[in-house]
Amino acid sequence: MSKPVIATATLAGCFGCHMSLLDIDERILELIELVEFNKSPINDIKTFTKQCDIGLIEGGCSNSENIEVLKDFRKNCKILVSLGECAIMGGLPAMRNGIPIRECLEEAYITGPTVRMNTKKILPNDDELPMMLDKVYPCHEIVKIDYFLPGCPPTADLIWNALLALVTGDELKLPYEVVKFD
Amino acid sequence: MDNTEKIKFVIDDKVCYAEPGQTILEAAKSNGVYIPSLCYIEGVKPPGSCRICNVRVNNRNLIACTTPVAEGMIIDNDIPELNELRKAIVEMLFVSGNHFCPGCEKSGNCELQALAYRFQMMVPRFPYEFPEKGVNATSKYIFHDRNRCIMCKRCIGKVMKDEKHVFAYNSRGGEHLHVVMDEELASQLTEEEATEAMDICPVGAILKKERGYYSPIGHRKYDKESIGSDIEKK
Ligand code: SF4
Ligand code: SF4
Repeated sequence: MSKPVIATATLAGCFGCHMSLLDIDERILELIELVEFNKSPINDIKTFTKQCDIGLIEGGCSNSENIEVLKDFRKNCKILVSLGECAIMGGLPAMRNGIPIRECLEEAYITGPTVRMNTKKILPNDDELPMMLDKVYPCHEIVKIDYFLPGCPPTADLIWNALLALVTGDELKLPYEVVKFD
Repeated sequence: MDNTEKIKFVIDDKVCYAEPGQTILEAAKSNGVYIPSLCYIEGVKPPGSCRICNVRVNNRNLIACTTPVAEGMIIDNDIPELNELRKAIVEMLFVSGNHFCPGCEKSGNCELQALAYRFQMMVPRFPYEFPEKGVNATSKYIFHDRNRCIMCKRCIGKVMKDEKHVFAYNSRGGEHLHVVMDEELASQLTEEEATEAMDICPVGAILKKERGYYSPIGHRKYDKESIGSDIEKK
Protein backbone atom coordinates (compact mmCIF):
# COMPACT_ATOMS: atom_id res chain seq x y z
CA MET A 1 0.00 0.00 0.00
CA SER A 2 1.32 3.45 -0.83
CA LYS A 3 1.95 5.89 1.96
CA PRO A 4 -0.54 8.65 2.78
CA VAL A 5 0.48 11.94 1.14
CA ILE A 6 0.70 15.21 3.09
CA ALA A 7 0.82 18.75 1.74
CA THR A 8 1.23 21.94 3.77
CA ALA A 9 0.82 25.68 3.19
CA THR A 10 1.29 28.96 4.98
CA LEU A 11 -1.28 31.65 4.22
CA ALA A 12 -1.42 34.73 6.50
CA GLY A 13 0.72 33.07 9.15
CA CYS A 14 4.21 33.47 10.56
CA PHE A 15 5.57 29.97 9.87
CA GLY A 16 5.39 29.24 13.59
CA CYS A 17 3.01 26.33 13.02
CA HIS A 18 5.42 24.80 10.53
CA MET A 19 8.20 25.28 13.08
CA SER A 20 6.07 23.46 15.60
CA LEU A 21 5.64 20.61 13.13
CA LEU A 22 9.43 20.38 12.97
CA ASP A 23 9.43 20.47 16.77
CA ILE A 24 8.33 16.83 16.85
CA ASP A 25 12.10 16.31 16.89
CA GLU A 26 13.32 12.78 16.22
CA ARG A 27 9.77 11.64 15.57
CA ILE A 28 10.21 13.29 12.19
CA LEU A 29 12.14 10.16 11.15
CA GLU A 30 9.13 8.08 12.11
CA LEU A 31 6.87 10.47 10.21
CA ILE A 32 8.91 10.11 7.06
CA GLU A 33 8.48 6.34 7.30
CA LEU A 34 4.73 6.77 7.67
CA VAL A 35 3.93 9.43 5.07
CA GLU A 36 5.12 11.08 1.91
CA PHE A 37 5.26 14.87 1.53
CA ASN A 38 4.00 16.66 -1.56
CA LYS A 39 3.57 20.43 -2.06
CA SER A 40 5.01 22.12 1.03
CA PRO A 41 7.46 24.87 2.01
CA ILE A 42 9.32 22.21 3.99
CA ASN A 43 10.55 20.41 0.87
CA ASP A 44 10.02 23.38 -1.46
CA ILE A 45 7.73 21.44 -3.82
CA LYS A 46 5.80 24.31 -5.37
CA THR A 47 2.95 22.58 -7.23
CA PHE A 48 0.81 19.56 -6.51
CA THR A 49 2.09 16.53 -8.41
CA LYS A 50 -0.63 14.17 -7.19
CA GLN A 51 -3.81 13.96 -5.17
CA CYS A 52 -2.98 14.27 -1.46
CA ASP A 53 -4.61 12.75 1.59
CA ILE A 54 -3.97 15.44 4.19
CA GLY A 55 -3.48 19.18 3.75
CA LEU A 56 -2.24 21.22 6.70
CA ILE A 57 -3.10 24.91 6.47
CA GLU A 58 -1.33 27.51 8.55
CA GLY A 59 -2.63 31.10 8.57
CA GLY A 60 -5.93 32.72 7.71
CA CYS A 61 -6.96 34.47 4.49
CA SER A 62 -5.74 38.04 4.26
CA ASN A 63 -5.42 38.48 0.48
CA SER A 64 -6.60 37.06 -2.83
CA GLU A 65 -3.58 34.77 -3.15
CA ASN A 66 -4.36 33.14 0.22
CA ILE A 67 -7.83 32.30 -1.07
CA GLU A 68 -6.48 30.88 -4.31
CA VAL A 69 -3.98 28.65 -2.49
CA LEU A 70 -6.59 27.52 0.00
CA LYS A 71 -9.06 26.58 -2.74
CA ASP A 72 -6.29 24.74 -4.56
CA PHE A 73 -5.58 22.75 -1.39
CA ARG A 74 -9.25 21.94 -0.97
CA LYS A 75 -9.29 20.59 -4.50
CA ASN A 76 -6.14 18.53 -4.09
CA CYS A 77 -6.49 17.18 -0.53
CA LYS A 78 -9.00 14.70 0.81
CA ILE A 79 -8.73 16.07 4.33
CA LEU A 80 -7.97 19.68 5.22
CA VAL A 81 -6.75 20.65 8.66
CA SER A 82 -6.66 24.20 10.05
CA LEU A 83 -3.36 24.35 11.89
CA GLY A 84 -3.16 27.04 14.57
CA GLU A 85 -5.05 30.12 15.70
CA CYS A 86 -4.56 32.16 12.50
CA ALA A 87 -6.09 29.45 10.32
CA ILE A 88 -8.85 28.91 12.86
CA MET A 89 -9.84 32.51 13.65
CA GLY A 90 -7.55 34.85 11.73
CA GLY A 91 -5.16 35.20 14.65
CA LEU A 92 -3.01 38.26 15.17
CA PRO A 93 -3.34 39.43 11.52
CA ALA A 94 -7.09 39.66 12.16
CA MET A 95 -6.43 42.40 14.68
CA ARG A 96 -6.66 44.67 11.64
CA ASN A 97 -10.28 43.64 11.13
CA GLY A 98 -11.65 46.65 12.96
CA ILE A 99 -9.47 49.11 11.02
CA PRO A 100 -10.33 50.35 7.51
CA ILE A 101 -7.95 48.90 4.92
CA ARG A 102 -6.74 52.32 3.70
CA GLU A 103 -5.79 53.30 7.23
CA CYS A 104 -3.79 50.06 7.61
CA LEU A 105 -1.90 50.62 4.38
CA GLU A 106 -1.21 54.29 5.11
CA GLU A 107 0.12 53.46 8.55
CA ALA A 108 2.35 50.73 7.13
CA TYR A 109 3.70 52.62 4.12
CA ILE A 110 3.30 56.34 4.71
CA THR A 111 2.59 57.63 8.21
CA GLY A 112 4.08 54.86 10.40
CA PRO A 113 6.97 55.85 12.70
CA THR A 114 9.43 53.51 10.98
CA VAL A 115 8.67 54.62 7.42
CA ARG A 116 11.75 56.43 6.04
CA MET A 117 12.25 55.76 2.32
CA ASN A 118 8.79 56.17 0.83
CA THR A 119 9.26 59.86 -0.01
CA LYS A 120 6.78 59.71 -2.89
CA LYS A 121 4.18 58.34 -0.48
CA ILE A 122 3.17 55.45 -2.71
CA LEU A 123 0.92 52.63 -1.55
CA PRO A 124 1.85 49.29 -3.19
CA ASN A 125 -0.20 49.17 -6.37
CA ASP A 126 1.54 46.79 -8.76
CA ASP A 127 -0.89 44.56 -10.65
CA GLU A 128 1.23 41.54 -9.73
CA LEU A 129 0.49 42.00 -6.05
CA PRO A 130 -2.42 40.07 -4.55
CA MET A 131 -5.36 42.19 -3.45
CA MET A 132 -5.80 42.60 0.27
CA LEU A 133 -9.19 41.48 1.53
CA ASP A 134 -11.49 43.75 3.54
CA LYS A 135 -10.62 41.68 6.59
CA VAL A 136 -8.77 38.51 7.56
CA TYR A 137 -10.99 35.42 7.30
CA PRO A 138 -10.75 32.12 9.16
CA CYS A 139 -10.09 29.33 6.62
CA HIS A 140 -13.35 27.52 7.39
CA GLU A 141 -15.29 30.61 6.35
CA ILE A 142 -13.76 30.24 2.85
CA VAL A 143 -13.67 26.45 2.25
CA LYS A 144 -14.76 23.38 4.17
CA ILE A 145 -12.21 22.43 6.81
CA ASP A 146 -12.34 18.95 8.30
CA TYR A 147 -10.27 19.28 11.47
CA PHE A 148 -8.93 22.04 13.70
CA LEU A 149 -5.76 22.07 15.77
CA PRO A 150 -5.67 25.16 17.99
CA GLY A 151 -2.58 26.81 19.46
CA CYS A 152 -0.19 29.64 18.69
CA PRO A 153 1.48 27.49 17.60
CA PRO A 154 -0.23 24.15 18.24
CA THR A 155 2.13 22.08 20.38
CA ALA A 156 4.32 19.55 18.59
CA ASP A 157 2.57 16.83 20.60
CA LEU A 158 -0.84 17.93 19.38
CA ILE A 159 0.34 17.94 15.75
CA TRP A 160 2.02 14.57 16.18
CA ASN A 161 -0.97 12.96 17.90
CA ALA A 162 -3.31 14.33 15.25
CA LEU A 163 -1.21 13.22 12.30
CA LEU A 164 -0.79 9.78 13.82
CA ALA A 165 -4.54 9.46 14.38
CA LEU A 166 -5.28 10.58 10.81
CA VAL A 167 -2.72 8.27 9.26
CA THR A 168 -3.41 5.18 11.36
CA GLY A 169 -7.14 5.69 11.86
CA ASP A 170 -6.67 5.31 15.61
CA GLU A 171 -8.54 7.52 18.03
CA LEU A 172 -6.98 10.95 18.61
CA LYS A 173 -5.42 11.29 22.05
CA LEU A 174 -6.05 14.71 23.52
CA PRO A 175 -4.49 15.05 26.97
CA TYR A 176 -5.42 18.29 28.74
CA GLU A 177 -2.05 20.04 28.32
CA VAL A 178 -1.87 19.74 24.54
CA VAL A 179 -4.89 21.87 23.63
CA LYS A 180 -3.96 25.51 24.20
CA PHE A 181 -4.81 28.72 22.33
CA ASP A 182 -1.41 30.36 22.82
CA MET B 1 -24.39 20.20 62.66
CA ASP B 2 -24.48 16.49 61.79
CA ASN B 3 -25.90 15.17 58.56
CA THR B 4 -29.41 14.66 59.99
CA GLU B 5 -30.00 18.41 60.06
CA LYS B 6 -28.60 18.89 56.60
CA ILE B 7 -30.32 18.81 53.25
CA LYS B 8 -29.71 15.55 51.44
CA PHE B 9 -29.46 15.63 47.67
CA VAL B 10 -27.86 13.66 44.86
CA ILE B 11 -25.72 15.11 42.10
CA ASP B 12 -24.24 12.95 39.34
CA ASP B 13 -25.13 9.86 41.42
CA LYS B 14 -23.18 11.14 44.42
CA VAL B 15 -25.09 11.49 47.71
CA CYS B 16 -24.38 14.96 49.12
CA TYR B 17 -25.33 17.13 52.09
CA ALA B 18 -25.93 20.86 52.10
CA GLU B 19 -26.53 23.59 54.63
CA PRO B 20 -29.98 25.15 54.42
CA GLY B 21 -29.95 28.16 52.12
CA GLN B 22 -27.05 27.01 49.97
CA THR B 23 -27.50 27.23 46.23
CA ILE B 24 -26.98 24.13 44.10
CA LEU B 25 -23.67 25.57 42.91
CA GLU B 26 -22.32 26.24 46.40
CA ALA B 27 -23.59 22.95 47.81
CA ALA B 28 -22.05 21.00 44.95
CA LYS B 29 -18.77 22.80 45.50
CA SER B 30 -18.62 21.94 49.18
CA ASN B 31 -19.25 18.30 48.24
CA GLY B 32 -16.39 18.21 45.75
CA VAL B 33 -18.55 18.48 42.64
CA TYR B 34 -17.63 21.16 40.11
CA ILE B 35 -20.43 22.88 38.23
CA PRO B 36 -18.88 25.03 35.48
CA SER B 37 -19.75 28.73 35.78
CA LEU B 38 -18.47 32.11 34.66
CA CYS B 39 -20.46 34.94 36.18
CA TYR B 40 -20.55 33.53 39.72
CA ILE B 41 -18.09 35.06 42.17
CA GLU B 42 -18.12 34.73 45.92
CA GLY B 43 -19.55 37.67 47.81
CA VAL B 44 -21.94 38.94 45.13
CA LYS B 45 -25.56 37.96 44.57
CA PRO B 46 -25.24 35.70 41.51
CA PRO B 47 -26.61 37.46 38.43
CA GLY B 48 -27.35 34.16 36.66
CA SER B 49 -26.30 35.86 33.46
CA CYS B 50 -23.89 33.43 31.79
CA ARG B 51 -26.15 30.32 31.94
CA ILE B 52 -23.16 27.99 31.98
CA CYS B 53 -24.09 26.47 35.34
CA ASN B 54 -27.21 24.93 33.81
CA VAL B 55 -28.06 21.68 35.59
CA ARG B 56 -30.99 19.32 35.14
CA VAL B 57 -33.46 18.54 37.91
CA ASN B 58 -36.51 16.39 37.10
CA ASN B 59 -35.89 16.96 33.40
CA ARG B 60 -35.94 20.71 33.84
CA ASN B 61 -32.94 22.93 33.27
CA LEU B 62 -32.17 25.16 36.24
CA ILE B 63 -29.48 27.73 36.92
CA ALA B 64 -27.33 26.28 39.71
CA CYS B 65 -25.98 29.61 40.99
CA THR B 66 -29.43 31.03 41.78
CA THR B 67 -31.49 27.95 42.71
CA PRO B 68 -31.44 26.87 46.35
CA VAL B 69 -30.81 23.19 46.84
CA ALA B 70 -33.83 21.28 48.21
CA GLU B 71 -34.22 18.04 50.13
CA GLY B 72 -34.22 14.98 47.89
CA MET B 73 -33.19 16.80 44.72
CA ILE B 74 -31.68 14.55 42.08
CA ILE B 75 -29.38 16.64 39.91
CA ASP B 76 -27.65 15.87 36.63
CA ASN B 77 -24.57 18.00 36.03
CA ASP B 78 -21.67 16.28 34.30
CA ILE B 79 -23.66 14.73 31.44
CA PRO B 80 -22.94 15.01 27.70
CA GLU B 81 -26.15 16.95 26.97
CA LEU B 82 -25.34 19.70 29.46
CA ASN B 83 -21.65 19.85 28.66
CA GLU B 84 -22.50 20.26 24.99
CA LEU B 85 -24.84 23.12 25.84
CA ARG B 86 -22.15 24.75 27.98
CA LYS B 87 -19.61 24.33 25.24
CA ALA B 88 -21.99 26.03 22.80
CA ILE B 89 -22.32 29.00 25.17
CA VAL B 90 -18.54 29.24 25.49
CA GLU B 91 -18.22 29.14 21.69
CA MET B 92 -20.82 31.87 21.36
CA LEU B 93 -18.88 34.05 23.79
CA PHE B 94 -15.71 33.50 21.77
CA VAL B 95 -17.21 34.62 18.47
CA SER B 96 -19.10 37.58 19.90
CA GLY B 97 -15.89 39.19 21.17
CA ASN B 98 -12.36 39.61 19.88
CA HIS B 99 -10.52 36.84 21.66
CA PHE B 100 -7.00 36.87 20.29
CA CYS B 101 -5.63 34.70 23.08
CA PRO B 102 -2.00 34.71 21.90
CA GLY B 103 -2.00 38.49 22.34
CA CYS B 104 -3.95 38.69 25.60
CA GLU B 105 -2.26 39.17 28.96
CA LYS B 106 -4.97 37.13 30.69
CA SER B 107 -4.19 34.05 28.61
CA GLY B 108 -3.50 31.02 30.81
CA ASN B 109 -5.37 32.61 33.71
CA CYS B 110 -8.62 33.31 31.87
CA GLU B 111 -11.76 31.48 32.95
CA LEU B 112 -13.45 31.63 29.54
CA GLN B 113 -10.38 30.13 27.89
CA ALA B 114 -10.11 27.58 30.70
CA LEU B 115 -13.68 26.43 30.09
CA ALA B 116 -12.91 26.12 26.39
CA TYR B 117 -9.95 23.91 27.34
CA ARG B 118 -12.06 21.85 29.70
CA PHE B 119 -14.63 21.23 26.96
CA GLN B 120 -11.86 20.84 24.35
CA MET B 121 -13.22 23.50 22.04
CA MET B 122 -11.20 23.19 18.83
CA VAL B 123 -13.17 25.82 16.88
CA PRO B 124 -16.40 27.71 17.60
CA ARG B 125 -19.33 26.46 15.55
CA PHE B 126 -20.57 30.02 14.92
CA PRO B 127 -19.13 32.65 12.56
CA TYR B 128 -16.78 35.24 14.08
CA GLU B 129 -18.28 38.68 14.54
CA PHE B 130 -15.10 40.73 15.05
CA PRO B 131 -17.00 43.44 16.92
CA GLU B 132 -15.69 46.98 17.49
CA LYS B 133 -16.79 47.81 20.96
CA GLY B 134 -13.77 49.88 21.85
CA VAL B 135 -11.05 50.04 24.46
CA ASN B 136 -10.99 52.56 27.29
CA ALA B 137 -7.43 53.34 28.40
CA THR B 138 -8.10 56.62 30.20
CA SER B 139 -7.53 55.28 33.70
CA LYS B 140 -4.01 55.35 35.11
CA TYR B 141 -3.84 51.69 36.06
CA ILE B 142 -6.57 49.97 34.04
CA PHE B 143 -7.30 48.98 30.46
CA HIS B 144 -10.93 48.24 29.83
CA ASP B 145 -11.20 46.24 26.60
CA ARG B 146 -14.88 45.85 25.90
CA ASN B 147 -14.17 43.53 22.97
CA ARG B 148 -13.31 40.85 25.50
CA CYS B 149 -16.14 41.57 27.93
CA ILE B 150 -18.55 38.66 28.35
CA MET B 151 -21.07 40.78 30.29
CA CYS B 152 -20.84 38.64 33.40
CA LYS B 153 -21.47 41.68 35.65
CA ARG B 154 -18.86 40.63 38.21
CA CYS B 155 -17.14 44.01 38.03
CA ILE B 156 -20.44 45.83 38.45
CA GLY B 157 -21.04 44.08 41.75
CA LYS B 158 -17.50 44.04 43.06
CA VAL B 159 -15.27 46.84 41.80
CA MET B 160 -15.95 49.79 44.11
CA LYS B 161 -14.30 53.13 44.84
CA ASP B 162 -15.49 54.96 47.96
CA GLU B 163 -18.64 52.82 47.96
CA LYS B 164 -19.42 53.81 44.39
CA HIS B 165 -19.59 51.40 41.44
CA VAL B 166 -16.73 51.85 38.99
CA PHE B 167 -18.45 49.76 36.30
CA ALA B 168 -22.08 49.87 35.20
CA TYR B 169 -24.45 48.56 32.56
CA ASN B 170 -25.29 51.00 29.83
CA SER B 171 -27.84 50.87 27.06
CA ARG B 172 -28.27 54.27 25.60
CA GLY B 173 -30.84 54.82 22.84
CA GLY B 174 -31.21 51.30 21.43
CA GLU B 175 -27.50 50.59 21.57
CA HIS B 176 -26.49 47.08 22.55
CA LEU B 177 -26.29 46.62 26.28
CA HIS B 178 -22.68 46.94 27.38
CA VAL B 179 -20.53 47.48 30.43
CA VAL B 180 -18.95 50.89 30.80
CA MET B 181 -16.25 52.19 33.11
CA ASP B 182 -16.70 55.41 35.07
CA GLU B 183 -13.55 57.18 33.92
CA GLU B 184 -13.31 59.48 36.88
CA LEU B 185 -13.77 56.78 39.51
CA ALA B 186 -11.48 54.42 37.60
CA SER B 187 -8.66 56.95 37.57
CA GLN B 188 -8.88 57.22 41.34
CA LEU B 189 -8.21 53.50 41.82
CA THR B 190 -4.93 52.68 43.49
CA GLU B 191 -2.54 50.24 41.89
CA GLU B 192 -3.65 47.56 44.34
CA GLU B 193 -7.34 48.17 43.64
CA ALA B 194 -6.66 47.97 39.91
CA THR B 195 -5.00 44.59 40.35
CA GLU B 196 -7.99 43.43 42.37
CA ALA B 197 -10.32 44.61 39.59
CA MET B 198 -8.30 42.60 37.08
CA ASP B 199 -8.66 39.51 39.25
CA ILE B 200 -12.42 39.99 39.57
CA CYS B 201 -12.88 39.95 35.79
CA PRO B 202 -12.93 36.32 34.58
CA VAL B 203 -11.50 37.33 31.21
CA GLY B 204 -9.04 39.91 29.91
CA ALA B 205 -11.55 42.76 29.67
CA ILE B 206 -10.10 44.48 32.74
CA LEU B 207 -6.31 44.47 32.67
CA LYS B 208 -3.88 46.09 35.06
CA LYS B 209 -1.61 48.36 33.06
CA GLU B 210 2.12 47.66 32.97
CA ARG B 211 1.68 44.19 34.38
CA GLY B 212 2.21 42.37 31.11
CA TYR B 213 2.65 38.63 30.93
CA TYR B 214 3.37 38.08 34.58
CA SER B 215 3.78 34.32 34.72
CA PRO B 216 5.59 32.20 32.14
CA ILE B 217 3.79 29.63 30.00
CA GLY B 218 3.62 26.39 31.93
CA HIS B 219 3.19 28.19 35.27
CA ARG B 220 -0.16 29.82 34.72
CA LYS B 221 -3.33 28.82 36.51
CA TYR B 222 -4.84 26.62 33.83
CA ASP B 223 -1.75 25.41 31.97
CA LYS B 224 -1.60 21.98 33.58
CA GLU B 225 -4.86 21.52 35.44
CA SER B 226 -8.34 22.19 34.18
CA ILE B 227 -10.67 24.73 35.74
CA GLY B 228 -12.66 23.03 38.49
CA SER B 229 -10.08 20.34 39.17
CA ASP B 230 -9.25 21.99 42.53
CA ILE B 231 -12.87 21.47 43.60
CA GLU B 232 -13.01 17.93 42.28
CA LYS B 233 -9.84 16.94 44.10
CA LYS B 234 -11.21 17.81 47.54
S1 SF4 C 1 -10.03 37.17 27.52
FE1 SF4 C 1 -9.54 34.99 27.69
S2 SF4 C 1 -10.50 34.08 25.90
FE2 SF4 C 1 -10.40 36.29 25.55
S3 SF4 C 1 -8.48 36.64 24.45
FE3 SF4 C 1 -8.02 36.87 26.62
S4 SF4 C 1 -7.35 34.83 27.25
FE4 SF4 C 1 -8.39 34.56 25.31
S1 SF4 D 1 -15.57 43.69 32.27
FE1 SF4 D 1 -15.04 41.63 32.98
S2 SF4 D 1 -16.06 41.46 34.98
FE2 SF4 D 1 -16.99 43.19 33.92
S3 SF4 D 1 -18.80 42.35 32.92
FE3 SF4 D 1 -17.13 42.33 31.43
S4 SF4 D 1 -16.24 40.30 31.62
FE4 SF4 D 1 -17.47 40.62 33.46
